[in-house]
Amino acid sequence: MALQAERPPRPAGTRGGREPQQPRRFQGFRLSRRTRTAARLGSLTWRTRLRRDRTLILMTLPAVVLLLVFNYVPLLGNVVAFQDYNPYISTNGVTAIFNSPWVAFEQFEKMFNDSNFWGAFENTLVLFFIQLVLFFPVPIVLALVINSVIRPRVRALSQAILYLPHFFSWVLVVTVFQQMFGGAGLIAQILEDHGISGFDLMTNAGIFKYLVTSEMIWKDAGWGIIVFLAALASVSPDLYEASAMDGANRWRRMWHVTLPALRPVIALLLVLRVGDALTVGFEQLLLQRDAVGAGASEVLDTYVWNVGIQNGDFSYAAAVGLVKGVIGVCLVLAANKFAHLLGEQGVYKK
Amino acid sequence: MSVSLSPIARLRAPERPVWEEPPSRVGLTAKGVFLAVCCLGVLFPLWVVVVTSLSPRDVIESAGGLVIWPQGITFVNYQELLSGGQVSRAMLVSLGVTGFGTLFSMAVSILAAYGLSRPGSFGHRILLMALMATMFFSAGLIPTYLLVQTLGLTNTYLSLILPSAVSVFNILVLRSFFMNISPELTDSARIDGAGEVRILWTIIMPLSRAVIAVISLFYAVAYWSAWFNAMIYIDDQNKMPLQNVLIQLVQKNTGLPTGLSQRVNTGELSALGLQMAVMVLALVPVAIASPFVQKHFKKGMLTGAIKG
Repeated sequence: MALQAERPPRPAGTRGGREPQQPRRFQGFRLSRRTRTAARLGSLTWRTRLRRDRTLILMTLPAVVLLLVFNYVPLLGNVVAFQDYNPYISTNGVTAIFNSPWVAFEQFEKMFNDSNFWGAFENTLVLFFIQLVLFFPVPIVLALVINSVIRPRVRALSQAILYLPHFFSWVLVVTVFQQMFGGAGLIAQILEDHGISGFDLMTNAGIFKYLVTSEMIWKDAGWGIIVFLAALASVSPDLYEASAMDGANRWRRMWHVTLPALRPVIALLLVLRVGDALTVGFEQLLLQRDAVGAGASEVLDTYVWNVGIQNGDFSYAAAVGLVKGVIGVCLVLAANKFAHLLGEQGVYKK
Repeated sequence: MSVSLSPIARLRAPERPVWEEPPSRVGLTAKGVFLAVCCLGVLFPLWVVVVTSLSPRDVIESAGGLVIWPQGITFVNYQELLSGGQVSRAMLVSLGVTGFGTLFSMAVSILAAYGLSRPGSFGHRILLMALMATMFFSAGLIPTYLLVQTLGLTNTYLSLILPSAVSVFNILVLRSFFMNISPELTDSARIDGAGEVRILWTIIMPLSRAVIAVISLFYAVAYWSAWFNAMIYIDDQNKMPLQNVLIQLVQKNTGLPTGLSQRVNTGELSALGLQMAVMVLALVPVAIASPFVQKHFKKGMLTGAIKG
């Protein structure tokens, strides 16, 4: 019935086939509810759509199952934060959850009175702000410089070189820095030849946060320019030409044309970064924890690892992780809301 | 504002528009120096590592450590590391996990991306939302660890693949690319009787080679670089991937395997040279692979950005 609506109108003068053409003025009254819903949803009942799309659904299934098992099911595991969980009480970790005693908010109280937790919290925030101020502008500057290079070969070569460290593992990046700035590294070696000994940036707690940020810049600042280059490539050259005709020099064109073109991208990336504020580089910090000590390097993520996996206090670690996760979700949602207010969807949908 | 271009400026700047003033010599030099410094900052440490790994023992000793200028080249460090033993084993583990993991991840992701690429299909919205929701939360380290333990995956290679097999971001990139392919192509195939699998295999995938190459690189690099899962899930030294061996041998400097350390003690090999060779083994595959795909990456991302 409803399928009729989709049929193209017959050319004038041809006769209808088997189906008589009947004008139905009050069609809407007579159709059943199911058919009306079907008409709204593209003229097919859900059964028909299910049969039509079952291959598509089957294709999605492996990914959905994997995400269900490794992303959704562990969410339930967070209940151990409200327990005094003992993994050895039963034969396996999951049945132990049912046998461990419940302690309500005891773990969270412990957390609020734990100076190590607050130390990690402070380190996380300080590191976030240092990264925001020192890391964030670097890709913008690099993108502006590369964008002003006209020769295609120079452009491609410098991009290839600058992208490269992004593909290195954190192990490799930290080791490279160690070989350059560590106690047995290249700079220490050169200084030793000139009679200065004891140079070692890797174990210096005072500058550790800046060291971490420079590792981040070395690894990912080059990669960060891609988004900005894409935004710059979409600026119409007519704008530059017109402003040049109006007498704007190089710098004024950058100020009045280039930067306004980048503004939405910058605002969006900033918002997204703020939404992810509590994640400040887990692997990277974990790798350097032993060298520099927990006092300078402990952030929330590494604290969870240290308390839970190292010391086996699963419940307490899960409580810390849960607090971090909840704050993280709130920040992400708030930041996304803000991004929508700015009239943006998402960096990669643009 | 000067519009005329000197022949030299024209030579230097093949595509400079006529309205743009030729750059000042100072500005051009400053820009060149800045870019050169940035690129050297990336390349110089890698150069030192590679040169040291290729230097014979006496050169390393006379340099007092890392070597900047090569004086004689030897591949003895690589021969030693790759002729059996811990590092060659770790290399095989890493290559295997990266190979199988990337194939598995790509199969799952391409299927999911295609399954979700038709708005209005049954369950499309709810499946998409279920996928995207995982980008906003993470279950946390402890519950994931307990789950992997309970599933009995500890000390298996599966624990290095399954927990990180699906990246929703990658699925979304693939999906948006698939959705940009003109529906006339798939519609005509469907009218000719092709099923979804056939459409995906013979129409969608050949048209998406660039983006598939890019996403494969992303997955492969993620598997190759991963070390944390191996650290918490794997106890067996024989199953350790290369990155973890790199941590043990170079970063923590906990000593070389016995066979090698004997030869270091007798003065045949240099410990530093061996360590640098391990680093080179860890960085060479990605350093070779990424520039090849870079061209595609740029193309894929930019066409996606323009098509909106």
